[in-house]
Amino acid sequence: MSEPLLRIRNLRASVDGQEVLKGIDLAVAAGEVAAIMGPNGSGKSTLSNVLAGRDGYEVTDGEVRYDGRDLLDMEPEERAAAGVFMAFQYPVEIPGVVNATFTRTALNAQRQARGESPIDAIDFLKRARETLGRLEMDEAFLRRDVNAGFSGGEKKRNEIFQMAMLEPRLAILDETDSGLDIDALRIVAMGVNAMRDGRRALVVITHYQRLLEYVVPDSVHVLADGRIARSGDRELALELERAGYAAFQPA
Amino acid sequence: MSPLRETVETVERASGEYRYGFVTEIDEDRAPTGLNEEIVRFISAKKDEPDWLLEWRLKAFRMWLGLEDREPRWANVHFPKIDFQDACYYAAPKQEGDGPASLDEVDPELLRTYEKLGIPLREQEVLAGVAGAGNVAVDAVFDSVSVATTFQDKLAEMGVIFCPISEAVRDHPELVRKYLGSVVPQGDNFYAALNSAVFSDGSFVYVPKGVHCPMELSTYFRINARGTGQFERTLIIADEGSRVSYLEGCTAPQRDENQLHAAVVELVALKDAEIKYSTVQNWYPGDADGKGGIYNFVTKRGACRGADSKISWTQVETGSAITWKYPSVLLQGDRSIGEFYSVAISNLRQQADTGTKMIHLGRDTRSTIISKGISAGRGQQTYRGLVRVQPKADGARNFTQCDSLLIGDTCGGHTVPYIDVRHPGAEVAHEATTSRISDAQLFYCRQRGLDPEEAVSLIVNGFCREVLQQLPMEFAVEAQKLLGISLEGAVG
Ligand SMILES: Nc1ncnc2c1ncn2[C@@H]1O[C@H](COP(=O)(O)OP(=O)(O)OP(=O)(O)O)[C@@H](O)[C@H]1O
Ligand SMILES: [Mg+2]
Repeated sequence: MSEPLLRIRNLRASVDGQEVLKGIDLAVAAGEVAAIMGPNGSGKSTLSNVLAGRDGYEVTDGEVRYDGRDLLDMEPEERAAAGVFMAFQYPVEIPGVVNATFTRTALNAQRQARGESPIDAIDFLKRARETLGRLEMDEAFLRRDVNAGFSGGEKKRNEIFQMAMLEPRLAILDETDSGLDIDALRIVAMGVNAMRDGRRALVVITHYQRLLEYVVPDSVHVLADGRIARSGDRELALELERAGYAAFQPA
Repeated sequence: MSPLRETVETVERASGEYRYGFVTEIDEDRAPTGLNEEIVRFISAKKDEPDWLLEWRLKAFRMWLGLEDREPRWANVHFPKIDFQDACYYAAPKQEGDGPASLDEVDPELLRTYEKLGIPLREQEVLAGVAGAGNVAVDAVFDSVSVATTFQDKLAEMGVIFCPISEAVRDHPELVRKYLGSVVPQGDNFYAALNSAVFSDGSFVYVPKGVHCPMELSTYFRINARGTGQFERTLIIADEGSRVSYLEGCTAPQRDENQLHAAVVELVALKDAEIKYSTVQNWYPGDADGKGGIYNFVTKRGACRGADSKISWTQVETGSAITWKYPSVLLQGDRSIGEFYSVAISNLRQQADTGTKMIHLGRDTRSTIISKGISAGRGQQTYRGLVRVQPKADGARNFTQCDSLLIGDTCGGHTVPYIDVRHPGAEVAHEATTSRISDAQLFYCRQRGLDPEEAVSLIVNGFCREVLQQLPMEFAVEAQKLLGISLEGAVG
């Protein structure tokens, strides 16, 4: 069997001297959609942040291989250029920087790092408009400051827009469905499904079975108390919806 | 390639070092070191000035003597005492006979200097290169003299006078005599008095009644010689119903010594006239230990003399070791408008104490102040601004917004607003914020593929957008790049 796109082995990480990830093992193959569910505070966002390379998370043990490379050895922007994308649970506001500029700057930074030529403003705009159209988002999004004054749901949709523009190989969506109304959820799911092309991998962190009705996962993992407590197929998500996390909570 | 595009690309290629730090090897004509009446006479004679101007200078010099040891000390900047007798007050590239009649007569070494700096002096290149981007006429001041002014003929067709001030003294004495010192009097302050005594060159602009100047006017100041100061004098007069947009840019070689730049700029807007004055100041800031760099002690003031006139200052201050500068507006005419848009960066060990004064004298006058201060490294930044509403200024309104952005924790940002309202009906609103670039913002950008420096540059440009938008298009891109470069190394 070929090497999965992402392989996490015995990953341990601490925040503020407190161990949050206590030995994570997880493999996600190219083309696979892996759902991660788990109680509040179990370490889901911590895992995403460690994978994306955020400062302040100390990896104390284990390794992460991504596309044959040692992911933990790369700077955050190198990971981005290598195709790692994270949709933030709490997207950040950048006043004064309009979305179009931000997204194009990001795209070109990644392209440059990969030795590709930059995309010019006109081609960018064309692609951005098409993408917005597919995601049923208003073009005015492009002219608004990055996330500033956006509603919770708009912020999440903006993350999906950026993902669609950046075309990552591994996308980690941290509760992108939280706070979305039913229509938005359907559209976001459509955006996510559009990314499934057999080569990309998606890690979808969610609390709700509902998203998984639209984005049908290949595998479901329960993250509890810093470990993958159980793995299964989509049936596991349904079971969790019925029974909750009681079985996984520390006594 | 167009000179402007070339400038932008030169700047893009910048590696974080000061790009403009080279020295031009050229023979200079210099005044003897020191400052006394003889030096003032020497400068005036060099320029073949009429008696009235020599007398004007000597009066200023005597005022300066009276102000000696009265250097402003209230600013939040710290530097060793300047020995004004240990400087040279006049340096000019040597030339045969009269000044150059055309660019062909300008020393090629000088032309190369401006080429290196990306300043378009050859009109045909400008015309060929920046089609669609608008044209820019340039006056290039090298140390104490103007070496070239472009597009003079084209402007003259419309009656616009754009020339070195020394030439204006010769060709338009009535205008110079009427307006010189009418906004910033000789004895206004220590540095203004010094400038009035020894000013060397600078630009003169007169836009006649009803004329909208068809192109951006721009002066490019370059300090080259060692041990000299630059004391330029700029005078812009917009006659009734006229409009002009003017931009100045500044660079200097990288030297271990501190060099003094004490300019005076006077603007006069008559009835219905509008002057937009933009500055992109990138004098050498000194090194990371605070060695070298320009002392930028400048008096800039505009008078909205006529009703419905408008003066707008926009400044992007990224260079200089020390900046002491308060471009101000006297709102004399009824319904006149004063604006001040400022971005100032203090990185390394730079110190900036800058702001504005808006003096409301006429009825229904309005002023807007938007100041964005960015401190990084060991930089210290102070916004100091005065809004004064005089008893007769019925219906005066001011809005002030001062935002400080701090990068790292070894720098400082300070806001010192003075509000002096002598009219009960005045509306004066002041808002101030201080923020930091958050780790969350930086990480968000890096997650999307930007390296830390690109991320800071993007966030800072966003922070300054309201001000950058005020710059003429041709210079906005350059200014944006400059902000990024000035902050390189600001995040570890
Ligand atoms: N920056 C931080 N500083 C202090 N504690 C942190 C930090 N980040 C995470 N933690 C702690 O680590 C634990 C895991 O947090 P994490 O955000 O990963 O949980 P989560 O599974 O994403 O929860 P939720 O479902 O609520 O989003 C929590 O106890 C949290 O308080
Ligand atoms: Mg979380």
